[in-house]
Formats: sequence, C-alpha cells, structure tokens
Amino acid sequence: MNKIKTIIRKEWAEVFKKRMVLFTVIFMPLFLSVLPLIILYSMGGSAAGSANAELPAQFKQICKESMTAGQCMQYYIVSEFLIMFMLIPLFIPVNIAAYSIVGEKTTRSLEPLLATPITTGELLAGKNLASVIPAILATWAGFGIFAVGSLIITGGGALASALLDPMWLIAIFIAGPLMAVLSVNFSIMVSSRVNDPRVAEQLSAVVILPLLAVFFGQIAGLFILNSTLVLFICLALVFIDILMVYLAVRLFQRETILTRWK
Amino acid sequence: MPEAYPMIKTDNLSKKFNTTLAVDNLNLEVSEGEVFGFLGPNGAGKTTTVRMLTSLIGPTSGSAIVNGYRIGQQDTEIRRSVGILTETPGMYDNLSAEFNLEIYANLYEVKDARGQVEKYLRMLGLWDRRQDEAGTFSKGMKQKLAIARALLHEPRILFLDEPTAGLDPEASHLVHDFISELRKEGRTFFLCTHNLDEADRLCDRIGVFKTHLLVVDTPANLRNQLFGRKVVFHLVDSNETMAASVRALPFVREAKIVDNKLLVNLDEPETHNPEIIRTLVGLGANIQFVGELRHSLEDVYLQLVKNA
Repeated sequence: MNKIKTIIRKEWAEVFKKRMVLFTVIFMPLFLSVLPLIILYSMGGSAAGSANAELPAQFKQICKESMTAGQCMQYYIVSEFLIMFMLIPLFIPVNIAAYSIVGEKTTRSLEPLLATPITTGELLAGKNLASVIPAILATWAGFGIFAVGSLIITGGGALASALLDPMWLIAIFIAGPLMAVLSVNFSIMVSSRVNDPRVAEQLSAVVILPLLAVFFGQIAGLFILNSTLVLFICLALVFIDILMVYLAVRLFQRETILTRWK
Repeated sequence: MPEAYPMIKTDNLSKKFNTTLAVDNLNLEVSEGEVFGFLGPNGAGKTTTVRMLTSLIGPTSGSAIVNGYRIGQQDTEIRRSVGILTETPGMYDNLSAEFNLEIYANLYEVKDARGQVEKYLRMLGLWDRRQDEAGTFSKGMKQKLAIARALLHEPRILFLDEPTAGLDPEASHLVHDFISELRKEGRTFFLCTHNLDEADRLCDRIGVFKTHLLVVDTPANLRNQLFGRKVVFHLVDSNETMAASVRALPFVREAKIVDNKLLVNLDEPETHNPEIIRTLVGLGANIQFVGELRHSLEDVYLQLVKNA
C-alpha cells in the first residue's frame, strides 16, 4: 500500500505542477456546474410564464407529474448538463493517465522505476488512483456546487427534487467513478504501448466517444435516461472496468516497454 | 581475489531479440567485494546483460544467480537487493532532489527513508541543493543524484552502467572516489564502461564482451598475455651490438633499439633486469634510466575486440 501511495504522491506532485492540467481538472467541473445554474436562474421568469404551455412528448417523458411545463422545460435543459457530470470523470483523467507511462518513457525514468521491487499491479494501481481520484473529487465538487445552487435558485421545489433525483445521484456518484476507471485504464493501456505522449493523448480521447453517443442520443430523443438505464450502465461498467484493469496489467509488458523504447 | 561467495553467477545466460542474439552463453562469476568491469563496444549486449541480472528483462535461455537469488524466479528479491545506475539518470526533473530520493526510498521499502536520503545527499555534496528541482542540476549533479538513488537501500551489489559518461574530469574523479569508498565497505560492483582508464583504475577484473564473453582477467594479466612485459632502457649512445647481446640472454623474448632506447620484451623484469643492466654496462653503455613500458588497457581492449 505504501508503494501505491508513493506513486500517487509522485504523480500528483508532477502533474499538478503543470498549470494546464490543473486548469483542466478545476475549470471544466466548475464551468459545468455554473452554466446550468445560470440557465436555471435566467429561465426562472419565463418558466413561470409558460406554466401551462403544451410540451413535446419527450419532455413529458422525463418530467415528474408535479412539475409545471416551465419547470419541465428547465429540467430537460439542465438534465442535459447533468449528463456532462458523467462525462467529466471520463475526460479529466485522460490527460493525466495518457501521459503516465509514456511520460516516464520520454524522461527515461521508467527503467529505474521498474528496477525497484514494485509490482506491475502496484505501479498501475498508483497510476490509476492518481488519475481517478482528482477526476472524481472535481466532479463531485462541481456537482455539489450545482446542487446547492439549484436548491437556492429554485427554492427547493419539484424541480430541485427532480434534479437531485436518485437516478442522477447514482449516475454521478457510481457511474461517474466507474467511467473514470474505464477511461484511466484505457489511457494507461495506450500509454504503455505508444512512444509519443501526443499519440497517447489523441488515442486515449477515443474513450469519450461512447458517452458522447449517450449525450447526443438523449438530446436527439433516441432514448431517455432513467433509473433502470443508469443502473444497467453501472452494471455494464463494472464488468468493463474489471476487464480493462485485467487487460491493462496483462498488456503492461515490462520487457517489451523497456527494450522497444529507443 | 580471495575466495569468496559469488555474488553473481551466470550459467550459459543468453538473450535473443527476435532473430538478433544479444547475449550468447555468458558464463561468469563475480565475487563478493569485487569491482568487475564489463567492457565492450556499443551494441555488444552489456546493457541487456545488466537488465537480465537486475531482473528487468528475462533471459531466453540459461540461468543466473544474483546475491543468492535466481533470476526469473525471485525477481522481486533481486530488485530489492541490487542497486542500479542506468545509462541515463532518469530523474523526475520537476521534482526536488530530496523528493526524488524519497520516492525511491519508499519504493525500496527503506525503513528510515528520510535519514537515508539525508545521508546520501550529504555524502554526495547535494544537501544544500536538496530543495532544488532535479531539472536545474548539471549533468554531474544528476549523475550523483542517480548514484544516491541506487544506494538508498544499501544494496550489496551495484550495477553501474556508464557511471561517468559525459561527465567532466572533476565530476568523474568524484564518482571514482565515491566508488572506491563504497568498495571499502565490501560492496560488489558490476561496472559497464567505455572509459578504459576508469576500468583500469577501479576494476579488480575485467570482462571484454561482444555478444559473448571474449576474456576475463585482471587488467595486468590481460596486458601481459597480449603484449608481454616491456622494459625500456634509456641510453646515452646505443648500437646494434647492445641489442644483439641482450637478445642473446635466455630470458629475453625480444630486444630492439629505437631512438637510443633499448626496448626489451621479457616475462619477469623484477628478476632479470639486473642481469640486463650488467650486460649493457659491460658493453660500455651509459644508462640514463630504466622504466617499464605499460600498454594501456585501450591497447588490450582494441586488440581483443579486433580479434573477435
């Protein structure tokens, strides 16, 4: 456990010295928590005015019966942002994880590191957690700001309770971290196979595509996120994560990494 | 070298990368407390050998025991008990020198990590710069930091891959002195180097390697085997009669005059020099001084590699 902690400390000390990485970790969740609050606040008046307006079917599908049409519209728009809170843990750690192994290759620090008695599992666990933890904490902090803000703006009515629905809580507090693990392991796999940090970052970004499909699918009305679907996503992610961790460890071939790197 | 427990023992150790044979049936023993020089041209397989012996990569065939542990079976124990200075220091440039060492002290499970870090930073004269980022260090300082890193867990065997490559003479001298100090503590060194003067100064034995081991012996024995021992007699005036008379002595292999100097090739100059001097004086020679002509290790190395 001490070795894992050491790797985490080392990774954080290195990574957070880079201002752009720090900016990515802090700015995106902050932006995505403030923007829906601004929308909620600015729609406050018009929502009340359109209380009895007719809504498209897809809006009604996702809203609670107790909501007015205006609240339903607010909820629909803001819920699209809430999907982004599932996306954040996917793309924040990509930046950190993609560099984690290939960065050690380029600075030639990988060989002395692998010469220590650290096991591949410990090394990858350290690299994993160093990328996953900041992403999750930043996401949760962003969501916390959003939750408090939305309660203040809406006065804690039906809209607020819908926004803080268990479905969203599961999505953000369970699916989010699972997505972070998926993203990090994929990035580490890429990072251990390539020789250029830029290639690692570009290839790792591919992992965001499936969630973007979810995001745009909901906007296009192809499907509606509900508790069942979110739970199914969580379950699928658990299996995918186990597979990804297994593959990341299996594909981390010390000898190949050392001897093919020039 | 006195009889001692072999710290490194290889038995037909080989490594093949696809179709390229990097190390071919290496058989070697390095005793405890010995400084063993591993010489060879670029691409000879020296780094591959070091990587196998430090359990960084596995052999294709053969076996090796390092500090009593078998490679491929007790890799973690080997990594725990050896120190390695890699070809490039590979420090974390944007972290402080102290933090760099703390990381490794923890990874090597050093009990008093902070104490060990301080000990080696002080010993290598880096204590005052401990808070500075490693990236701000000169090449020599980085190398010293990398040596400190290799020593934090007090390994009994140290693998040094080109420890003075690219260092200025002062920094190289410091590294040499440091190795000499550590040697007094009974540590075993496996030193890969291109610096033949360094190998000559530091190593008890050297192995010349080019995919396979060409020869292993002490630097002095290698010189003698390849070139014999030569003594040079500086004369005021010389002539061919003197050379012929000396050549006629039974223990002399060869004698020739070059620029008023008589070069004599023989096995035991300590025993036979007095007789040569008597012969020359008997012929009326005025001897200014006598000295041994030493072939450099470079001559030995070049001869061996050329023959290979």
